[in-house]
Amino acid sequence: MGLTQPIATTRSAAGMDTGKLALWWIIGSEIVIFGGLLMCYIMHRIFHGHWAAEAAHTNVVCGALNTFVLLTSSLFIVLAHQAAEQKNRIKTFTYIWLTIGGGLTFLAIKSYEWTIEIMHGYTMGKSLFWSFYYTAAGLHGLHVIGGLAVMAWISFDVLKGKYFNRVELIGLYWHFVDIVWIFLFPLLYIAK
Amino acid sequence: MSADSHHHEQSFWQKYVFSVDHKVIALQYLFTGLFMGAIGGFLVYAFRMQLAFPGSEIPFYGLVNSASYNSLVTNHGTIMIFWFAMPVLIAAFGNFLIPLMIGCDDMVFPRLNRTSYQVFLLSVVVLIASFFVPQGAFGGAWTAYPPLSTTPTYSLTPWGAILWITAVTLELIAFLLGGINFITTLMNSRAKGMKMMDIPIVLWFIVIASVLFMASVGPLVAGAIMMIFDQTLHVGFFDPARGGDPILWQHLFWFFGHPEVYVVLLPAMGIVADVMCVFARKKLFAYKTVLYTAIATGVLSFFVWAHHQFVAGIDPRMANVFTVTTLLISIPVAEALFVYIATLYGGSITFSTPMLFALAFLVEFLIGGVTGIFLGASGADIFLHDTYFVIAHFHYTFVPIAIIATFAGIYYWFPKMFGRMYNEKLGKIHFWGTVLPFNTIFIPLFYLGMAGQHRRIFDFSNFPGLASDGYQTLRIIATVSLVIMILFQIPFVINLFYSIFYGPKAERNPWNANTLEWVAPSPPPHGNFEELPECYRGPYEYSVEGRELDYWPQNEKPV
Repeated sequence: MGLTQPIATTRSAAGMDTGKLALWWIIGSEIVIFGGLLMCYIMHRIFHGHWAAEAAHTNVVCGALNTFVLLTSSLFIVLAHQAAEQKNRIKTFTYIWLTIGGGLTFLAIKSYEWTIEIMHGYTMGKSLFWSFYYTAAGLHGLHVIGGLAVMAWISFDVLKGKYFNRVELIGLYWHFVDIVWIFLFPLLYIAK
Repeated sequence: MSADSHHHEQSFWQKYVFSVDHKVIALQYLFTGLFMGAIGGFLVYAFRMQLAFPGSEIPFYGLVNSASYNSLVTNHGTIMIFWFAMPVLIAAFGNFLIPLMIGCDDMVFPRLNRTSYQVFLLSVVVLIASFFVPQGAFGGAWTAYPPLSTTPTYSLTPWGAILWITAVTLELIAFLLGGINFITTLMNSRAKGMKMMDIPIVLWFIVIASVLFMASVGPLVAGAIMMIFDQTLHVGFFDPARGGDPILWQHLFWFFGHPEVYVVLLPAMGIVADVMCVFARKKLFAYKTVLYTAIATGVLSFFVWAHHQFVAGIDPRMANVFTVTTLLISIPVAEALFVYIATLYGGSITFSTPMLFALAFLVEFLIGGVTGIFLGASGADIFLHDTYFVIAHFHYTFVPIAIIATFAGIYYWFPKMFGRMYNEKLGKIHFWGTVLPFNTIFIPLFYLGMAGQHRRIFDFSNFPGLASDGYQTLRIIATVSLVIMILFQIPFVINLFYSIFYGPKAERNPWNANTLEWVAPSPPPHGNFEELPECYRGPYEYSVEGRELDYWPQNEKPV
């Protein structure tokens, strides 16, 4: 659309790349959103010991598998970043798509897991534990989907040899999504 | 090279509707905010008329029944805070001033900026749509406490409630996007030579406000998602019958809601600081103190929220803690006000319209702050809670912020925004017609509140203790004053639209001010400056001894 970048974007009075600076602020605001939700959950959990019985019905195997899948995808995005630093288009593109593959696998396992749970009657309205379970994991899932979409978009720019610096940014974001899951998994699945 | 050197003709749509220029986006926010403010003003007119003349047909509105009264009150509060104060004070002034005052050509993310306004506009559409759904707009108070907000049989507005929370969520997201842009721009795009302590106070305050907003809004976003699920999927996050907790919403709401007070206060105080220095020809007294008190206020504002819940059944020991933090926060705010008064001392003051509004801010906000002490103390609050004393206190803080300081800013930057001068005489008529009736609206309400008048009653004739002639007279005084205040906004509207098109042309620097926005042409073209300025000194070097001129622009090269 022929939009020229303003000079403002190229300045760095704070000594940090503008994109990276903004991304840290985005992550900061996401931390308070997830933080607020998880604090609500934790406070309820402390005062409702019987939720452990509900949590026993979560599928720990699926959760563990998903943790492994997400962590592996994080490794791929690091490799993509490394390849982007060397301006290697094909290699960066490949690693980004391996990361996307990881994200899609995560979503597939999640869908399977939720289908089974809903079929067995553990729906969102069953009890407050399940309400939190679906809300927290669902919000995280939306962040996964969003991350994947942006990643796919960046991958094609990279293939054309443009915006290699954005690989690092999406990598930072992906690590954040990963870390949120690292909190969700023990809180929702393992804590008994 | 400036961005306008490759200027090309843009169509009307590109230039005014889908623009990525920070100044156009600022004006979009400004006019949308003023429009919403007018709606909020109309709503308060309707329900104040009902209180003064219960059961009578209200001109331009009709009859107010108990259900529509609830919708009017709820949406007056919501609109004035989320759709008037926030877009005008933060988004309009932030967007307009940040790039100009730090001497660069635009925000760092112009397209994100445009997205922010579009999301905001969508939230406006959703909110206005809520007036036209079956059973009308949300009527569960602007705080949306469950179960009133989650149970349609209580609020009587099943559709309005869902649209309301959706609109609020969209609005919060719009401001999150905008805030990221503000913070990053101020941090990274300052002109060469502009150090942290050379940044005008108004920019510091807008950005501190954005940080506060960002740090406090998260839990409310989570809470809003939970509330939408409660309303639509009939989950029980806030329903005790299903294991949930209605107090949880109050915590989430006020954890945001109290910092939010300072989110709107800080930009207002920043505007006042800049206006005062220019029209008193004085250096801001104790720049660093002002800055640090703002940061201290911001930090403390995260630890006071439960003072809204003293009667909600929270642990009395916790109430003591929040009483202490609440009284503590008055210290930095009072300090800032004293520093402002010290700035005026010995200045050569010009009583122009923006200066009058700035001075009125100090006087009126002081009353708001002092009456807050009574409410912050949990013992006194148990008596005053939910009375008109709270209403009067709150409006004595909020009207100075959102109306008085906003007008100070609009008049002060009018020449820069539109390239023409406003009419000083109309401005002064507007000033006196706004500030005097404001006091006669709310001083009676303090008395009514102390007499025990509860804030959520739609017709006092049903309450013999409150329906005496004396009390009713006070209500009528308040309502008549409100009508006068609203009528005196007409000179402002005339002044605004007449001066935009026919006012005398403004020079670059009509106020002889120091800050960088006055270096640019009035109005600044796309790209702002012919040559991007450099910065050599602080923003408030007025009446410096040994200089012929009584001002010293930030961009003037030292000899």
